[in-house]
Amino acid sequence: MIIAERKPMDEIKRMLAPYKKVLVAGCGTCVTVCWAGGEKEVAILASQLRLARSAEHNEISIFEASVERQCEREMVAEIKDKVTEVEAVISLACGAGVQTMSEMFEDKPVFPGVNTTFIGMPEKEGLWVEMCGACGDCFLDRTGGICPIVRCAKGLLNGPCGGTRKGGKCEIDPDKDCAWVLIYRRLEKQGRLDLMRNYYAPKNYRAVKRPGRIQAAKA
Amino acid sequence: MNNCIVAFCCEHSAYPAADLAGKLKLHYPENLRIIRVPCAGRVDLIHILKAFEKGAAAVMVMGCEGGACHHMTGNTRTKERVKYCNLLLREIEADGRLVAMFNLSPNAPHKFVGAVNEITKRIKESGR
Amino acid sequence: MATPFRKILKTKDFVVTAEAAPVKGSNVSKAIEHIELLKDKVDGLNVTDNQSSVMRYPSLGVCLLVKEHGGEPVLQVTCRDRNRLAIQADLLFAYSRGVDNVLCLTGDSIDVGDHKEAKQVFDLDSVQLIHLIHTLNSGQDMAGNELDGNIDFCIGTTATPSADPLEPQLIKVEKKLAAGVEFIQTQAVYELDELKRFVEFVRKMDDKVKILGGIVPVIGAKMAAYMNDNVPGVFIPQHLIDELAQTPKGTGVAKGIEIAARMIRQMREEKICDGVHIMFIGREEKVPDILEAAGLL
Repeated sequence: MIIAERKPMDEIKRMLAPYKKVLVAGCGTCVTVCWAGGEKEVAILASQLRLARSAEHNEISIFEASVERQCEREMVAEIKDKVTEVEAVISLACGAGVQTMSEMFEDKPVFPGVNTTFIGMPEKEGLWVEMCGACGDCFLDRTGGICPIVRCAKGLLNGPCGGTRKGGKCEIDPDKDCAWVLIYRRLEKQGRLDLMRNYYAPKNYRAVKRPGRIQAAKA
Repeated sequence: MNNCIVAFCCEHSAYPAADLAGKLKLHYPENLRIIRVPCAGRVDLIHILKAFEKGAAAVMVMGCEGGACHHMTGNTRTKERVKYCNLLLREIEADGRLVAMFNLSPNAPHKFVGAVNEITKRIKESGR
Repeated sequence: MATPFRKILKTKDFVVTAEAAPVKGSNVSKAIEHIELLKDKVDGLNVTDNQSSVMRYPSLGVCLLVKEHGGEPVLQVTCRDRNRLAIQADLLFAYSRGVDNVLCLTGDSIDVGDHKEAKQVFDLDSVQLIHLIHTLNSGQDMAGNELDGNIDFCIGTTATPSADPLEPQLIKVEKKLAAGVEFIQTQAVYELDELKRFVEFVRKMDDKVKILGGIVPVIGAKMAAYMNDNVPGVFIPQHLIDELAQTPKGTGVAKGIEIAARMIRQMREEKICDGVHIMFIGREEKVPDILEAAGLL
């Protein structure tokens, strides 16, 4: 799923400073699961903003609404009435949600309330890790199902760099594993280390022509 | 509600302790508003924030001692939530110390009063 | 005129190279000083490429200075700052100006440097870079287009003999050897047994490639601890840290030189490897002292 984290309060306050009627819009999918932009986070941010503005004697009136998926026009349409009533929207959805919202309500400023960070999974409660770089040319068949494009700090395709720390940790962060050590161990366990010995030519970084656009074959 | 202290009291510990404090005619500030909850674990972040929005000067969450929670881990979970709430308050430049978790047993009326006095002191220190 | 590095590799018993770090700024007088001091004492001057991800005068720029002053430069090329177009273009320029020895490296991460918010490239990795240079040597660019003019780079690369775990590193070395390199310059080694094992491993695959043991003198216990924590791929053993800790104040540099010379002598006398690469970063003027103490002058 898509992982995001809420923007710093100062940044949010600055974006909303000129407005007195604002909608905090949540999304019920990815950002709900990573505790960044679900119904609960919407309520908390709305409350924090009311408290902050009231302490500054600059009251703000806040509406709260969440939709199942902010990246789908039909679902965003459900909160059209609320959007009509406010001067600005702060969206706690990922970048796709924010843009869907701002495209549908072109006359309203729609601000991002979270920083969309990566495609990942929950490692344990409250900890999410990056798993996929959406490169458009999946390499996982050659690496025992571990992605070196994003899980290696340098995205190397032919093995670890020389900076691996003791115990197989990453050069840039002792809390992170060296992806190539993980790949080595996984392939060794599967008896497929020959895969790691293969030479992989430079990657096609234009597999997806940006901006990406995919037409289903039978649409 | 303005400038009161809101105390979410677990009915297995803090609530009977408060009751006992009353029976013993122990003195505690009159702006205390007790809300009886089935467990400290029932108290969510939004309950605490709403209390502040309605004008509370401070919020106390009072639950059972360490391993004594009647719902296994309600008190420890809420302790984490309260810690997070400190952070949410500091983010908006409010005094994070004005929300606090206290653990006590049902037969500890003095501890109950002590906790209320402590939070009253913090309110004074924060200048409200 | 300096002897071409490829010829040195083929003919000399014990090859000696030293690192020359480019300056921070446009004043190259310090770099020229080091070049003048070292060019006749070593077989090659190896010029770093934004070392430790710290932005500096370019590697190619200092290589040209080495050339102008009659030394033999080795151009370091990392994959961090340039994509495949930029790397190829730089290599064409280098070759056209007589800089024909290349050391292929991955490059440190942006995060360890002084421009931490930069976009890092890594369009290629070091193995792909080696393949790329062979492609240029064959007269084509990566896209298969014919190149006008002859190219014949002498290709080297790096390895970390003391990595833990070592096996994934060795697989990468295998791939580098399969791609074809004429010399390997190791990351700093402090345990010669590790270097010995590494050389044995390489020899099983390739008996022609020359291996230069990497030497980074440490001049104090504190520096050693710092390097262990902060310099990627460096592992200084406790017994050396202890030896440094017992050194009287003010004699750290001398001790560092003594240890380095001791290791170089051992490398040479026991024929552990084919040469040495000395990296005395920030103290290039002390390199002759090491060479002298090691009996190489």
